[in-house]
Amino acid sequence: MLEVQELTAEVHPEAVYQALLDQAVFAVHTCDRCGRAHYSPRVLCPHCGSDSLHWERSDGLGTVYSTSVLTPRGGEPYAVILVDLDEGPRLMSNFVGGPADQARIGMRVIVRIEPRDEGAVAMFEEEMS
Amino acid sequence: MRESDLRATTAVVGVAESDLGEVGPHLSSLDLIGQATVRALDDAGLEKSDIDAVFCHSAFFQLPPVAAAEYLGIRPRYSDSTAVGGSTFVGYLRHATAAINAGMCDVALITYGSTQRSAAGGLVSSGKPLMKSYETPFRPRLPVTSYALAAARHMHEFGTTREQLAEVAVAARKWAQLNPAAFDRGELSIEDVLASRLVSSPLTVRDCCLVTDGGGAVIVTSAERARSLRKPPIYLLGAAEAHWHKDIFQMPDLTVTAAAESGPRAFANAGLSPADVDVAQLYDAFTINTLLFLEDLGFCEKGEAGAFVENGGIAPGGRLAVNTSGGGLSYTHPGMFGIFLIIEAVRQLRREGDARQVRDPHVALVHGNGGMLSSQVTALLGDSSTL
Repeated sequence: MLEVQELTAEVHPEAVYQALLDQAVFAVHTCDRCGRAHYSPRVLCPHCGSDSLHWERSDGLGTVYSTSVLTPRGGEPYAVILVDLDEGPRLMSNFVGGPADQARIGMRVIVRIEPRDEGAVAMFEEEMS
Repeated sequence: MRESDLRATTAVVGVAESDLGEVGPHLSSLDLIGQATVRALDDAGLEKSDIDAVFCHSAFFQLPPVAAAEYLGIRPRYSDSTAVGGSTFVGYLRHATAAINAGMCDVALITYGSTQRSAAGGLVSSGKPLMKSYETPFRPRLPVTSYALAAARHMHEFGTTREQLAEVAVAARKWAQLNPAAFDRGELSIEDVLASRLVSSPLTVRDCCLVTDGGGAVIVTSAERARSLRKPPIYLLGAAEAHWHKDIFQMPDLTVTAAAESGPRAFANAGLSPADVDVAQLYDAFTINTLLFLEDLGFCEKGEAGAFVENGGIAPGGRLAVNTSGGGLSYTHPGMFGIFLIIEAVRQLRREGDARQVRDPHVALVHGNGGMLSSQVTALLGDSSTL
C-alpha cells in the first residue's frame, strides 16, 4: 500500500492520481474490501461498490490489448494502445520508444511517465527483459 | 406483468426521412425534424394534433423534446430525451410502448434532425465534456479509433481479415445503389476500400460512415389504433437495451458488445430467434460494427462473421439481407443513425422497398449502437402475420 499522504496533500481520486504521476509515481486505485484494482480513479469501487479505497504503487507492467496507428497530416505516426495492467485494469495510452507500427497485441510493455506542462502522462514502451 | 406481454401491443404507423445529404446551410436541424414529421404524419394518416408524446435526442440543441415540440407546435403530455447515442431512437420504441400501455400517451413522435455535414463537416458531439478525459491526452481520433481498436482485436483473436471488413462496406454500397435516397452510390470494390486513406489502422475512410445532413420521424401508437390508419401496422414484437461501458478503454472485451445481452432479451420478448429474421438493420457506423452485431445477435458464432459476409453474404442476393438502405456507410449518417434503421425496417416490412425490396419479409431486426460500441438496443418488428 502506498502512503499517499507522504507524497501529496491531494485527497480526491483524480487529483491524487495526477499528483503521483507528476512525481513520477504510477499508482493504481485499489479496493480495501474486494482487493480489485480499477481505472479510472473514482470514489467507489466499480466492482463491489465499496468506498474504502487505497493506492498501490505499480511497476507499470502490462500487455498490449489492442493498437491503432494514426498519421496526422504533416505529422509523425503514433500508436494509440490499450494496455492491460498486470493489476487488472485496462487503460488507454500511446506506445513510445519505437516506431508506432512496432506496437503489437500481446507485447509486454512498461510505463514511461512523461512530464508535461498540463500534467504528466503515463506512456508505455516495450518491456526489455 | 412480464415484458413479453407487451408483444405487438404497439405499432409503427408512420415513417419518413427529411431531405438528406447536404441540405444546409439554410435549413436547421429543427427544420429537418419539421420536414420529417409532416411527411411521417402524412404516411400515417394522422394530424399533428394527434401527437401527445415527443421523443427526441440531439447534439444540436438543448432540451431536445422541448425544442422539437416548440418548433412543431405540439404540447406533449409525455416527453423522453434518453441520450444513449445513436441507439437512442431504437430505445424510444420500447419506451413509447411502455408509456402507451401505461396510458401515459396515445401517439408518440420519435424524431431526429441534424445538419452534421453542412454545419460542421465533422461529428458534433452531445455537449462539451466538463470532466477530465482519460483518453484525449493520447490523441485517439474519436469515435473511429475506438472502433479501430475493436477491429484490430477481432482480427487478432479470430483471424478476421481486412478484406472481410471491406466486404461490409461493399455490401452496403450495393444496397445503396438500389436506393435513390442514398448518398454514395458509386462503384466500390474491396480493393477500393483497402486502397483508401487509412484513418486509424486498420480502418480506412471507406470503413467509416458518411457524414451527412438528415432527419427522420417515426410515429408509434397502440396496435388497436394502428389498425384504423392509412398503412398496414408494423408491430413492435420485442425490444431490449443494454450498456456495459462508455469509453472504449472500459469495454471488458472489445470483441463482444452488449448486443450479446440486448439481442437475446429482445428475441425472448418477441418469442423469436435469429432464424426468424428476414431482414436486419444493424447500426454500421464502421464496418467492424456489422461483424460484431452479426455475431452478438446470434446470426453466426463469435469470430465467424468475417466468413459470414464473404462473397456478398450480406449484399443483395446474399444469405441475409443486411442494411438494405445502404446503411450508415453509404445511405446516410447524420451523427446519429438509429431512427433511419427503423424507417428502413418498416418500409421493408410494408413492401415499400422498390428496387431493394427483400422478398416476402415478415420479421425485421433493428439494432442500434451508441457511443463507442457502448449502448446496444435491439428491436424486432413484424407485420400482421407475426401476431
